[in-house]
Amino acid sequence: MTESGAWWTLLAAPAMLFCLAALAVAANSVLDARDAGRSAGPAAAMRPFLALPRALLTQPRRLPAPDVLLWRAGIAIVPVAAVLSTLVIPFGNVAVADLSVGVLWFNAMEVLTWAGLWLAGWGPNAAFSLVGGYRFLALGLAYELPLMFALISAATGAQSLRVGDIAAAQQGLWYAVWMPVAFVVYLAGVLAFGFLGPFAYPTGRDLAGGVLSDASGVEWLLLQAGRWLWLAAGAAMAVPLFLGGGAGPLLPAWAWSLIKTLAVLAVLVVAVRRLPLVRADRYVELAWVVLIPLTIAQTLVPALVDLAR
Amino acid sequence: MDVTSTVLLVFLGVPALVFGVLVFTLNSMARVTFALLASLVCVGGVVTVLGLPYLGMVIVLMMVMEMVIMAVFMIAYMMNPAGLMPMSMLHNKRGALVISSVVFAALVAGIFVVPWPGHAGALPRDTTFQAGMALMGPQMLTMVTLGFVLLATMVGATVLATRRGRYDRFGDDLDQRPARDPAGGGVGR
Repeated sequence: MTESGAWWTLLAAPAMLFCLAALAVAANSVLDARDAGRSAGPAAAMRPFLALPRALLTQPRRLPAPDVLLWRAGIAIVPVAAVLSTLVIPFGNVAVADLSVGVLWFNAMEVLTWAGLWLAGWGPNAAFSLVGGYRFLALGLAYELPLMFALISAATGAQSLRVGDIAAAQQGLWYAVWMPVAFVVYLAGVLAFGFLGPFAYPTGRDLAGGVLSDASGVEWLLLQAGRWLWLAAGAAMAVPLFLGGGAGPLLPAWAWSLIKTLAVLAVLVVAVRRLPLVRADRYVELAWVVLIPLTIAQTLVPALVDLAR
Repeated sequence: MDVTSTVLLVFLGVPALVFGVLVFTLNSMARVTFALLASLVCVGGVVTVLGLPYLGMVIVLMMVMEMVIMAVFMIAYMMNPAGLMPMSMLHNKRGALVISSVVFAALVAGIFVVPWPGHAGALPRDTTFQAGMALMGPQMLTMVTLGFVLLATMVGATVLATRRGRYDRFGDDLDQRPARDPAGGGVGR
């Protein structure tokens, strides 16, 4: 059974999220180095973190008449929402706050990214940046509904919105096994709300970086951190939703949580690197014509199983 | 109601009102939209503190999506160029003042006139289930009807708004494949 943690978990959960995100960034960099034929050692892993001091020291760029307030609010929302989403994610048997509407909380925090990225695109008063923000909304309209149905499938299976209950309801058989469509759609959703890999459309090269094009220094750093934090948070949430949480033989619950989270994160990093960029207009048709009917049918499966029980 | 809840209600209720006022005093479409969003997020928090976390979180979730989409449309369709110029949310000032005063007075009067029911029995552990039963139990027919009406409205509005029909897509004999669409889709129909 999942229980709410002591006060210090409030600090530990974000710290672990940062570590996971840093690990994903380092792994991505090592794979980059290997692909480029450089040595894939610790130096390659540290390489992206050199951008940290550089970003902190960079002189900020400003175009005429930016909406600084909305810009800063938007940029802050992305990483802050990612950190807040971890409140309900159990690690082993402990969550910071195992809310009765945990799934909804995660979903609401994830949707805040919509507001954050659009504002980050709007703020600088620059065309490419604004187009980047609009692109994320187009992508959002495509990925959000299938993702919601994927979350609803897991919640329906456990007949609860409490993340701990969902993990506990998977005694014997993971939801990933008998709800594979929901699992895959959820993972695609994670890549999408992290705007990484195939869903890096809002930051596309054809837009000179899109929402990132006019972000410099700390702003750039926060947006980049936000996307990797979201990837890590999504990977951590996949474990209680679809992979049985901390359940497993021999090892303690926290160890299983960690192993499963790292495995999902590895899969996501590989997906980020392997899959080609997809335009929002193409993905929106796939999402609405194929994924929404599929995920609705997927939601029907646990509903029927629950009725038969 | 305990002290924590009361403090939380004040800390959520006052910003909700402040952002609500800002909606009518700010002069940028984007700022107005997001002031409204901030106000509604505070309202979601208030509903959560009042013991309906499901409805509270749904308000936050839905309003974020709705307001962001609304920002796009408001900026696109504002009368001045693209909603990018300074603007005001106040129109028909005298009439609006009268109507809003009357509505406000009626709602405040309602607070004091309505005989609010007291607590009967203990609070349920999880109010989500009660909210679901209240909506989906005796009101199932209403909800189903509402669902169909909403869907029919959306489909109808889209059909009325679009200039193109199936003959434009599939040709006069409906045998043209792939369909002739202005934008390429992802599934190659």
